[in-house]
Amino acid sequence: MKVNLEQITAELQTNMGDRLEVYPDAYFTVLKVMPADLLTLMVYLRGQAGLNYLANLTATDLKEEFEISYHLYAIPDNGLKIEIKTRCPRDRAEIPSVFSVYPTADWQEREVFDLMGISFQDHPNLVRVLLPDDFAGHPLRKDYRKEA
Amino acid sequence: MFETDQYTINIGPQHPSTHGGMHVEAVMDGEDIIDVIVHLGYVHRSVEKIAESRTYSQFIPYAARLDYMATHLPVLGYVQAAEKLLGVSVPERAEYIRVIMAELSRIASHMMFVGSLAIDLAATTGLLYCLRDRERIMDMFEMTSGQRLLAAYMRIGGVSHDLPDEFFPAVNSFIDDVPAMIAEYNGLITGNEILQARCNGIGILPADTAIAYGVTGPNLRASGIDYDLRKADPSGIYDRFDFRVPVQEKGDCMARLLVRLEEIETSASIIRQALQQIPEGEILGKVPKVLKPEKGKEVYHRIESAKGELGFYLLSDGSEKPARLHVRAPSFVNLMVLPIISRGGKLQDIIANIATLDPVLGESDR
Amino acid sequence: MVLISPAEIRHDKDVDHLAQHNIIVTTLEKLWNWGRARSFWPLNYGCNCCPIELLAASGARFDISRYGYEVFRASPRQADLLLIAGPISLKMAPVVKRVYEQIPSPKWVLAMGNCATSGGPFRDGYSIYPGADSLFKVDVYVPGCPPRPEALFHGLLELKKKVEQGDY
Repeated sequence: MKVNLEQITAELQTNMGDRLEVYPDAYFTVLKVMPADLLTLMVYLRGQAGLNYLANLTATDLKEEFEISYHLYAIPDNGLKIEIKTRCPRDRAEIPSVFSVYPTADWQEREVFDLMGISFQDHPNLVRVLLPDDFAGHPLRKDYRKEA
Repeated sequence: MFETDQYTINIGPQHPSTHGGMHVEAVMDGEDIIDVIVHLGYVHRSVEKIAESRTYSQFIPYAARLDYMATHLPVLGYVQAAEKLLGVSVPERAEYIRVIMAELSRIASHMMFVGSLAIDLAATTGLLYCLRDRERIMDMFEMTSGQRLLAAYMRIGGVSHDLPDEFFPAVNSFIDDVPAMIAEYNGLITGNEILQARCNGIGILPADTAIAYGVTGPNLRASGIDYDLRKADPSGIYDRFDFRVPVQEKGDCMARLLVRLEEIETSASIIRQALQQIPEGEILGKVPKVLKPEKGKEVYHRIESAKGELGFYLLSDGSEKPARLHVRAPSFVNLMVLPIISRGGKLQDIIANIATLDPVLGESDR
Repeated sequence: MVLISPAEIRHDKDVDHLAQHNIIVTTLEKLWNWGRARSFWPLNYGCNCCPIELLAASGARFDISRYGYEVFRASPRQADLLLIAGPISLKMAPVVKRVYEQIPSPKWVLAMGNCATSGGPFRDGYSIYPGADSLFKVDVYVPGCPPRPEALFHGLLELKKKVEQGDY
């Protein structure tokens, strides 16, 4: 199923207006949204664009904000490579969970919560996955200091 | 008249298996499994945080320690991601050497898979045959890089040393012997009645569940989905080779075993083609001494590792150390389906399921 | 026929004299140590890359059975050698300590690899202990990343010397 990238982005721009920013980088088409629009965008991409595979979910600490990136593909491959970026402020680090659209986000979001301290609303089981339950702090944050 | 209670059995983190430290809690009713809860993190070595205080070249040995069964594959993925970030090109001869090393690693990983599946199901002799054959690959790694197991042989821009003269007869005799090795495994391990009873129809993973949970690699191909990144999104020079991607339909443990056995033959055929096509030339491109990508540049690069899609996300802040390095580990994502395929089975099926999902705890916990 | 009365055995020449008549004099302690050193039963424990070399050491090419150490036991109650192969992470530390306490005495610890010796390449991370000796007493350290099977055998033979001399 060859899906047309221009058609998808045009439809999305019509629906979302300036809540969506689209720009290409060297390897992906990047869609930047606010956390509130994240789930509607994911549902659309999964249903209309056939992007049924969430490959990667990463968070980066950018001092005042956290940026979360999602890399989406289709299986079987249809040529589309979409990256979704969203940001949340550091003092209120929570965004909606995409588990209901992509179940693979289950442990990947748990890992981001564990190491970066971002909460995912409506996640079925948001507990630490790699560090002990009584570990204090979120080590991948830039201001984390190891106690001696 | 009698009521049964549920009880929990702990498997691991210290248990006689080569999968490392993984803790699996099985909630049981008699011999039937109600639920399985997986606990990871016993081998968490804070690799992503360490990457922020290493230069791009200094991280290469850490990439080798991610998937230690098939070391050249994560190193290949990392150096290709760094080359994308830095805009470095690789000479032709180095590309072919990388493909040969990567496919040898894939064969080594799948041989260890077959051996550890055998010993997990208590067929101890199978492990010894697979270790014996794997030693030939370890010798080839030692010839080229000096290290048997954790070879940081590739560099950003190429490889570190050229292939020595004694490598070519060794690799040629190895790939000529691969059909005989597979026939031996089929006779000893795959054809064994007890192994077939423990693997046929056990741990069935439906295709749409696999895609929804992000399962990739041989586990996905065993459920009937033909998705191999060497064909779907080829990196390096994989598009120059002619090979067939093995796919099985049933999605049970036996299908996962058969897919990997066929992949050993596919890898041997790729190595043969690479040895025929390899040109003379440089093995390391022109790379500046200090590697500083431009600020704000990011890349997500993925390769088909022995376990599935292995991805590296790199973000640069303009300095010689990455601002963020994330490893998308296939074993971490593949293990998510362990509860799903184990529910409703028996306790001993958990062992077969873990063994055939082929997790490597080094990359799953990083 | 009494050659020498036991109370009179004081010099080496008395012992040599007895040995010529096929009588060996020793202490029970030395006898036990002789046996212990030749039959360590390692515990199946390992995290990470080092146990892969341990597995290769127990394969047919390197063959740990030559030394008598091939009896890997899954339960700590049946083992006497804890081969710490690999790093000890925060989550793993209570597990290793518990397993160590479950091994009955006399028991020995061999730290295999750089991670078990000193934390290795991951020492400046936040989740690895700086060596197995921060948790308990280690008898032999085998450095390497990973150590070759021959290096592991060297370490086991050093442990054998230590145990034979009763130095534990």
